[in-house]
Amino acid sequence: MPVDFTLTCPVPLAGDETIKVAHGGGGRASERLLDTIFRPVFDGPELEARHDGAALDIAGPVAFTTDGYVVRPLEFPGGNIGTLAINGTVNDLAMCGARPRFISAAFILEEGLETALLARIVTAMGNAARAADVRIVTGDLKVVDRGKADGMFITTSGVGTIVAKAPIEPRRTAIGDAIVLSGDIGRHGMAVMAARENLGFETAIESDCAPLAEPVLALIAAGIEVHCLRDLTRGGLASALVEVATTAKLAATLEESQVPVQDNVAAACEILGLDPFQVANEGRFVAYVPERDLERTLDILRHHTVSREARRIGTVVAGRAGRVACRNPMGGSRVIDMLSGEQLPRIC
Amino acid sequence: MKYREEYRDPAAARRFADAIARTVTRPWNIMEVCGGQTHAIVRYGLDQLLPPEVTLIHGPGCPVCVTPVGYIDKAIEIAGRTDSIFCSFGDMLRVPGSETDLLAVRARGGDVRVVYSPLDAVEIARANPDREVVFFAVGFETTAPANAMAAWRAKREGLTNFSLLVSHVLVPPAMSAILDSPTSRINGFLAAGHVCTVMGYEEYFPLAARYHVPIVVTGFEPLDILEGVYLCVRQLEAGEAEVENQYARSVKREGNRPAQDVMREVFRVVRRQWRGIGEIPESGLGLSDAYRAFDAEERFGSVAAKVEVVSECISGEVLRGNRKPTDCPAFGKRCTPERPLGVTMVSSEGACAAYYKYRGAELAAAAE
Amino acid sequence: MCLAIPGLILSTAGDDPLMRTARVDFGGVVKEINLAYTPEARIGDYVLVHVGFALTVIDAAEAEKVFEHLERIGEIEAELRSEAAQ
Repeated sequence: MPVDFTLTCPVPLAGDETIKVAHGGGGRASERLLDTIFRPVFDGPELEARHDGAALDIAGPVAFTTDGYVVRPLEFPGGNIGTLAINGTVNDLAMCGARPRFISAAFILEEGLETALLARIVTAMGNAARAADVRIVTGDLKVVDRGKADGMFITTSGVGTIVAKAPIEPRRTAIGDAIVLSGDIGRHGMAVMAARENLGFETAIESDCAPLAEPVLALIAAGIEVHCLRDLTRGGLASALVEVATTAKLAATLEESQVPVQDNVAAACEILGLDPFQVANEGRFVAYVPERDLERTLDILRHHTVSREARRIGTVVAGRAGRVACRNPMGGSRVIDMLSGEQLPRIC
Repeated sequence: MKYREEYRDPAAARRFADAIARTVTRPWNIMEVCGGQTHAIVRYGLDQLLPPEVTLIHGPGCPVCVTPVGYIDKAIEIAGRTDSIFCSFGDMLRVPGSETDLLAVRARGGDVRVVYSPLDAVEIARANPDREVVFFAVGFETTAPANAMAAWRAKREGLTNFSLLVSHVLVPPAMSAILDSPTSRINGFLAAGHVCTVMGYEEYFPLAARYHVPIVVTGFEPLDILEGVYLCVRQLEAGEAEVENQYARSVKREGNRPAQDVMREVFRVVRRQWRGIGEIPESGLGLSDAYRAFDAEERFGSVAAKVEVVSECISGEVLRGNRKPTDCPAFGKRCTPERPLGVTMVSSEGACAAYYKYRGAELAAAAE
Repeated sequence: MCLAIPGLILSTAGDDPLMRTARVDFGGVVKEINLAYTPEARIGDYVLVHVGFALTVIDAAEAEKVFEHLERIGEIEAELRSEAAQ
């Protein structure tokens, strides 16, 4: 007698709209996900070889970096967690004076994540990698239960070839160095905050998420004596400046009127009572160069789209380690401090 | 931004500063009540522009700072319940209670949500009918109309899962208490501009007369504050003690009537403890009888009066304007925004926090 | 305390005065604001906003007075300088 049975095994059928735990299991569901979403975008000889690791031909000295990316919401005006991951890694390498070459990307996905959202993020990563001239050569995929991963987490590592002749680090900054900022601040943090729907903002603020290797490599190629570079991320301009000064055991002065902030970013900060100096960025950096190299530095930076608004904002001076004083147009001066704790909107 | 940038013009600021310098003939102490004014003064270095004869004293203008510790503890208790959603303005999350703060409760899994407007909390209540939604209603008179509207809406819609934990404070009684103190050396006041936007400034005439102090209703931008100081100094030099309105673009003598009407319906004047200062009679707002059903203290138990452990923190003296943050031996060393000993360092509007942020570590270093 | 900032009313909605709202532009960021306490507010007015509520319509004429006072102070200064020079 024919037995009528219905397939009830939990392996999902093709065309599933959300991520299931099985997708991270290493079996057929995983393969299907990798084939439909990841492999078309992250193509390349290393990935095609389907080894556990990538064999790379890279001569030293080498810069190596790693980062974890967590952001809510996963997509925001100007980018998504994927573009953040690629550009963030590229920028960390660039700040070491290295040409970024290869990236690894490990994904932890939350069960229930929309597959279409994942596809958009992965596609954007592929585009970002091509734009930054880096290759994603190896990766990993895991899925955790609902509620354990805020949508998704991405961890990257990156390697690049160091091209700077001398080390680029805070200890090389010297009294008299000019501090150059590559562009306006506060966009990323405010774009993400505005996108969190409970604030109800309508605004055209877009994240400044972008790769910074090109202008940096141009400075190095031109023979500019770059003493230090720092990309502005969480904690904003304030944290970058204070960190460099503290490590260098030097101080710095800043002209507030020289630090560009877009009108709508300033407005969003005013509404929430936040200081633009402490708001996150993802496509800006500061460069410390000797005064005599300032004009050429500005000239080179302004030739690149991402740093076309570059300007000198301050100077390295002698003083208490880590003290960054900012002069305001009123003539008064305030001390810039690093972000302390979480940034919370205030009414007061 | 219009009505912002033009009030930050440096040349105009220097003109006011020069006018003040030309007008003073002897030392004067002027208190600015509002934390927002303290913030602006320290951020723009306005006190650095003034002649040495004029001393600005920072008042207890930080409702976050003065919220009694018992209310913070009650908030923490409610937030820790599994059936509740605790909503608050961002400022309150870092304020230390007896043992911990709301941020820590959130980290442990408590449903604590930051809202921009009190109406957002009402919306959360509508969207979560099976949870108890409690809103931390703190602030001066400036915030009272908004908080009142949240209660008013909840009542109109018959929400049964929404309540407010109310710890509002009123400014004029605090000014009286400060002036009553035998150690008070305050000659004149810059009254809090936005409080007066709501309440008007009728209440200040009796104060000016009783204590013979000029009171100038002042705004928050650099030019506002400098003009406020100028008008105050001018009166002091002339021996006058009048109420003047510098902030006329936003303040009318009678204030905002519709806002006062709703406040009167939803709130009533109560006695209130000011953290660091003590009890000031008739200095707070609580819910009126008609709104008792929306009182979180009715639902979750009354707030206990707590006795604070005495440490080296001098926030009470700072709030009263008797000491400056830099007078405190712990300032910048054992007490920082990261590890605050008292409320004036916790709240971003607190005088100690403002000093630390803008003058900060260098002041601590100078004191060494 | 009392972080209140000025914004421009772009549009309004609602008939019931206590429930009326407006889209307010704060220099490039637009947010919906409650107009319950400013029943007289109209499109094109600047309002002072605190925690999502407009607390007052900003009086443009009064706003100018700060600068008029400054002018007068400037005149006094000029007079004093010319007196001193004599």
